[in-house]
Amino acid sequence: MHPLLIVSGLTMDFGGIRALDRMDLRILPGEIVALIGPNGAGKTTLFNCLTGMYRPTGGQVLLNPPGRPQRRLHGLSPHRITAAGLARTFQNIRLFPNMTVLENVMVGRHCRTTAKLFGAIFRPSATVREERETVGMCLALLDRIGLIDQADELARNLPYGAQRRLEIARALATGPQLLLLDEPAAGMNPQETAELEALIASIRGDGLSILLIEHDMKLVMRLSDHIFAMDFGCLIAEGTPDEVRRHPAVIRAYLGEETTDA
Amino acid sequence: MKNLPMPTGKDIRHALLTGLWFMFLTFPLLVIKVDPAEQSVTWRWANLVWVGGVSAAVALACRLLAAYRAARVERLRRLPDQTAPQPKLPLLFRPERLLPLGTLAMLFFLAFPLVFSTYQVNIMTTALMYVILGLGLNIVVGFAGLLDLGYVAFYAVGAYTYGLLHLHFNLGFWIALPIGGLLGALFGILLGFPVLRLRGDYLAIVTLGFGEIIRLVLENWGAFSQGPSGIADIPRPGLFGLDMTLDQSLVYQYYLTVAMALATVFVVNRLRHSRIGRAWFALREDEIACQAMGIDKTAIKLTAFALGAAWAGMAGVLFAAKTTFINPASFTFLESAIILCIVVLGGMGSIAGVVLAALILMLLPEYLRALAEYRMLVFGAVLVVMMIVRPRGLMSPPRQTYSPSR
Repeated sequence: MHPLLIVSGLTMDFGGIRALDRMDLRILPGEIVALIGPNGAGKTTLFNCLTGMYRPTGGQVLLNPPGRPQRRLHGLSPHRITAAGLARTFQNIRLFPNMTVLENVMVGRHCRTTAKLFGAIFRPSATVREERETVGMCLALLDRIGLIDQADELARNLPYGAQRRLEIARALATGPQLLLLDEPAAGMNPQETAELEALIASIRGDGLSILLIEHDMKLVMRLSDHIFAMDFGCLIAEGTPDEVRRHPAVIRAYLGEETTDA
Repeated sequence: MKNLPMPTGKDIRHALLTGLWFMFLTFPLLVIKVDPAEQSVTWRWANLVWVGGVSAAVALACRLLAAYRAARVERLRRLPDQTAPQPKLPLLFRPERLLPLGTLAMLFFLAFPLVFSTYQVNIMTTALMYVILGLGLNIVVGFAGLLDLGYVAFYAVGAYTYGLLHLHFNLGFWIALPIGGLLGALFGILLGFPVLRLRGDYLAIVTLGFGEIIRLVLENWGAFSQGPSGIADIPRPGLFGLDMTLDQSLVYQYYLTVAMALATVFVVNRLRHSRIGRAWFALREDEIACQAMGIDKTAIKLTAFALGAAWAGMAGVLFAAKTTFINPASFTFLESAIILCIVVLGGMGSIAGVVLAALILMLLPEYLRALAEYRMLVFGAVLVVMMIVRPRGLMSPPRQTYSPSR
């Protein structure tokens, strides 16, 4: 199968520090791919490079949306990358706290809607229709993540787990091909983690690809089709969950090296 | 006000200290009176007692009120029902009262010139111009969260657009009005470009500088703007070339300003509830998440600056037409500060709040004239008390709800 996302030789330098060193990554359509590695390995930096928050120093990011020509993503600004089909969540929740739950999701539709100044002021029927479709679609998304009853609540009043789910719904509203989740289960209790797992699985059912940074290894092993392991900005291993679990480089990265001079 | 908490010793001590502090602060002004003619000094000790007593009483009342509120919030939190209690709106602002209240306000504004003197009409016209300015700045500060301290620059651009177009090309008000708006928007974009990367305090300082630059250019580039002597004899707005007496013309201008203010409320309200408005809110709430949601940060910031400035430009044309004389002294930083006051006091992002705050801030000093020299003192005190009692402004913006059937 043709990969949806091809990352090749992606490099990111901050001054003299190389945060990403010639990363290669392939994500197939409909696949859940996990990115693991110790803290500071460069996982979030990779996310930021993929989504345009950082401009990578070198390398390529290419997207192959099904039925459309290949697109170069590196060097594009974040909103263009989102429009091209990559949507993300953040490690530290970044909702719009003083907007309602529904409005948060509606902001996600921004790049798929077109109402301009004229439409906003005079509300021609096209704008009214577009607005109605947006509301309908966003309510459906809220229903899916179980927040429909809190639609008019302010986002900051939601409990933690619900805020995480809302961030995913907001990202889904942008109509992505690939969803990037940065530690979605961080700080969640087992009940919330189980709900999250079901949600991610159901998103995959829609045919989306998911790239996941996660420290909850049980969750990663259960969900992922493919795992990339990173350390010090480099790829140290990749493969199926079983392969990566047994990979010596991964064990070394997580547990440290055996000392021979003992 | 049942179960109002009793003052504790701490409250009383705090109130006494506040009283002492105010006595100390006002001592040179209110107690010592030096008469250079008679070469005498009078000590007005009675004033000292008054200041101390009143400020201590106010401080005590404030503390008790705060304690009462805290207790009430705590009670609400302990309610068995887990759903967060919807904040109850004051009786006047509930949605079902909006229509009758709006109609009443409309009637009041329409009948105003029939009931009150030309002097009052003039004051009201000024207040309504500040409604327009406040709503315009509300787009930039309240909606998009971009702190703009140089807003008066766009006001000046509008006023000078009309002044100069009349001076050089003898163009009338109705042609100058849209041009003023457009030029305002253009200058908004000009300011917007260099500050795209700035936020918060840095943005505030740059916009402050921008405002001063415009004023200084107008003051010093005599060949262009006639410098500090300004532009005089700017015609009032015309109505199909009708001849009007001064009084008629003022009343006509009043209605014109009412119409403009209504148009502003309408447009700003529409913008607020649109795709663009949501993008502004998102920008205000979290710039990074806003970009990640596919919003073009550059475009949406420039839109906010341009639209905010466009209203200031049109208000400037209106101002030039009203006063018939403009010079740079009308466009100092103080003006920007007052307009910002209106926005903050009204409640950032709240349209009704900004309208109310503009009317209060502009009309209060006029009607406080009875207090003579204490006028501005009372005015300042009102501002301080407002910010302590309602730090989020007179009204918080209503929570926007969408019904799926609509």
